[in-house]
Amino acid sequence: MTQVSMTVNGKSVSGDVEGRTLLSSFLRDHLSLTGTHVGCDTAQCGACVVHVNGEAVKSCNMLALEADGADVGTIEGQAAEDGTLNVIQQAFQDHHGLQCGFCTPGMVMSAAALLKDKPRPSEAEIRKYLEGNLCRCTGYHNIVKAIMAASGQDVSSIAAE
Amino acid sequence: MYNFEFEKPSTIADAVAALGAEDAQALGGGQTLIPTLKQRLASPSALVSLSGIAEMIGVCVEDDGSVAIGGATPHAVVAREAASSYPALAALAGQIGDPAVRNRGTIGGSVANNDPAACYPAGVLGSGATIVTNTREIAADDFFEGMFSTALEEGEIITQVRFPVPQAACYEKFLQPASRFALVGVYVARFADGVRVAVTGASEDGVFRWSEAEAALSKEFRADALMDLKINPMNMIGDLHGSKEYRAHLVSVMTKRAVSACL
Repeated sequence: MTQVSMTVNGKSVSGDVEGRTLLSSFLRDHLSLTGTHVGCDTAQCGACVVHVNGEAVKSCNMLALEADGADVGTIEGQAAEDGTLNVIQQAFQDHHGLQCGFCTPGMVMSAAALLKDKPRPSEAEIRKYLEGNLCRCTGYHNIVKAIMAASGQDVSSIAAE
Repeated sequence: MYNFEFEKPSTIADAVAALGAEDAQALGGGQTLIPTLKQRLASPSALVSLSGIAEMIGVCVEDDGSVAIGGATPHAVVAREAASSYPALAALAGQIGDPAVRNRGTIGGSVANNDPAACYPAGVLGSGATIVTNTREIAADDFFEGMFSTALEEGEIITQVRFPVPQAACYEKFLQPASRFALVGVYVARFADGVRVAVTGASEDGVFRWSEAEAALSKEFRADALMDLKINPMNMIGDLHGSKEYRAHLVSVMTKRAVSACL
């Protein structure tokens, strides 16, 4: 076992892990931050997306020890302390950007990474950016709509196709 | 996956020393290696991460105009930082996998793995790049030795890949949407002394140069110059995503598209 230390959602954390411990396992099993979902476990589905030093990564495809010393952000750090949803989360609720909700943490974290680099993405840019995030319920339409709304764009004319 | 020791050296020398241990393996971004370990298809005694070696990360333009990319540079960084110095290669890097994969996967990892459907081998071979390791320099033409096989020795690390910049170049990728690899991808590069055409995703032997197309395009650089050329489907990959004949056909189509995009 090796000690790993990192900052998760602004708090310093550490734990003893094996070489093979994945970042997703460290977050879920060691820190009980189960908002990060593991869907496919093969880096295809994107449910496990978190931010490592500000960049979106698939936490089921990164070793916990690779994140030693890093600044990690998860879905639990998105809402305010009092539970008030952030603008992306609120937009997902307002525009019905989820059904079963399993992919939603990854969708929100990917959306946050996109909007950090590109504050007003086009619909095509959003769809392109979400290529690594799979949703088996919504057909993506309302997810895309929610992200456009979260970036302050008018979505009143975007109808379901 | 089976357990292993994990090491993250900060210098190339320390990484080479750590890789001297029996069954130790280098870890780039892990976007292929970690899924492979999960399947228990490999069981290294130790993984030596190359992500902490600062001198192996980044893009720079050399005095002779070539573009040198550190072996541990993630795809997203290449897509961003090579956009002005070698736009066709930056565009290739920006098409690999998805955004989260591009933030982790590295050029050295991709090239060392030599997946028969990976994008980078086409860019490296098509550009006639030089693979720089901790011990030597290897021309791309001598580096790729067939599916998942390269000229790398045990414990040898790709520290840099150096690209001569062509007059014009383009990578055309026919996406396999489930894996996000290339069903077929073609990299065309036009240099003052000739044209290089490298094909990925298509052949049972991994990335290859289409020499007939190179000869035709070196004489006349336009898509019509390829009209009478056909690829023999015999050695193409045939699977549920596409037959040998379909891939052979795609090679011609994607090459023509890449040429047209260069003009």
